[in-house]
Amino acid sequence: NVKEFCGSAVRGIINVETVVNRVMNKLSPLHDKIYCALSGSAADAQTIAEIVNYQLDVHSIEVGEDPQVRSAATLVRNISYKYREELSAHLIVAGWDRRNGGQVFATMKGLLTRQPFAVGGSGSSYVYGFVDAEYCRGMNKQECQQFVVNTLSLAMNRDGSSGGVAYIVTIDEHGTEEKVILGNQLPTFFDQ
Amino acid sequence: MEKHCTDSRVKGVSTGTTILAAIFDGGVVIGSDSRASMGGEYVSSKTINKVIQVHDRIFCCMAGSLADAQAVIKSAKFHLSFHSVQMESPPQVIAAASVLKDLCYKNKDELQAGFLTAGWDKKNGPQVYVVSLGGMLISQQVTIGGSGSTYIYGYVDAKYKPNMTKEECLQFATNALALAMGRDNVSGGVAHLVVITEKGVEHVVVPGDKLPKFHDE
Repeated sequence: NVKEFCGSAVRGIINVETVVNRVMNKLSPLHDKIYCALSGSAADAQTIAEIVNYQLDVHSIEVGEDPQVRSAATLVRNISYKYREELSAHLIVAGWDRRNGGQVFATMKGLLTRQPFAVGGSGSSYVYGFVDAEYCRGMNKQECQQFVVNTLSLAMNRDGSSGGVAYIVTIDEHGTEEKVILGNQLPTFFDQ
Repeated sequence: MEKHCTDSRVKGVSTGTTILAAIFDGGVVIGSDSRASMGGEYVSSKTINKVIQVHDRIFCCMAGSLADAQAVIKSAKFHLSFHSVQMESPPQVIAAASVLKDLCYKNKDELQAGFLTAGWDKKNGPQVYVVSLGGMLISQQVTIGGSGSTYIYGYVDAKYKPNMTKEECLQFATNALALAMGRDNVSGGVAHLVVITEKGVEHVVVPGDKLPKFHDE
């Protein structure tokens, strides 16, 4: 799930334990200051991310400057929409650009919408209530990171397909920071 | 070409409902939404009451097929009052829950109904029991059910604290129901809440426009 706060985007993703791969980083860079979070079919999502990475490079050379987050999201959306019958992946695109600061875009099935925050994946259903209640505009970086970590932890607690470690990437005008929080370091909540 | 479902958000089959019960210091709060829908397309009732009194200090919330649930509760009420006459004392909460469980388990092939039972009795104070679709009976401190409950698991895990005060618990329950109704299309209407303590029973109805508003995208 991804949140916007004043000036940047914080995104976190939950690691899924599968038979094939127990440690998969589902935060994929599309550009220096633009990342996307993968959910759904891993193969589909990774392929889309790689294609968009390439297309964004070409676009940014053509334009002569760093691409906007909206451009990256549009490229993802174009692929998602064109192949919406064949693909089953949802990519959340988030990043920072000079024009509009931190932004988050959801691109499910070919829809493109900018949101203050976005959640996705199988574990997201369980935390819709929590994020609705706890998100507020104008959070600073630490509050937002804590919010993301809490949300991930709650979802991992309930969703059988989510677990392991939490990857968090924080993007703002100063740069990009990647963080891994191990399972036993995540916050704990009421457990009966 | 087969469509893959990426979101596995449906746990079991429940028709539109959000129900909740939580223990606080000295009592228990049980509550639900008030929408009855057919097939997720048509709201057949906006103000149905899903919190049913089965005895003086014992209430039930129904989830699943409302027709099945109403039939089961009607039968359970009768069994319970008969049992209470035999024992010459008010029934324990676990007795009410067990009666429901028996009915659900023995008829599990025909029925599609689950229940939350909450109440107060002299022996064990405030209690909450869950009878699931197949007839499992467990005791919990806070529990949620119905299709809308998937969206508030995270909220309930984060915000429920044992031994809250009555006001805190009421606020917690109202918030949780409001959040679920905000996300689940087959839950909605008003929030019916019942507070059960040793002293008595108090009904609280929060109409839709008085429900707490949260950040809305």
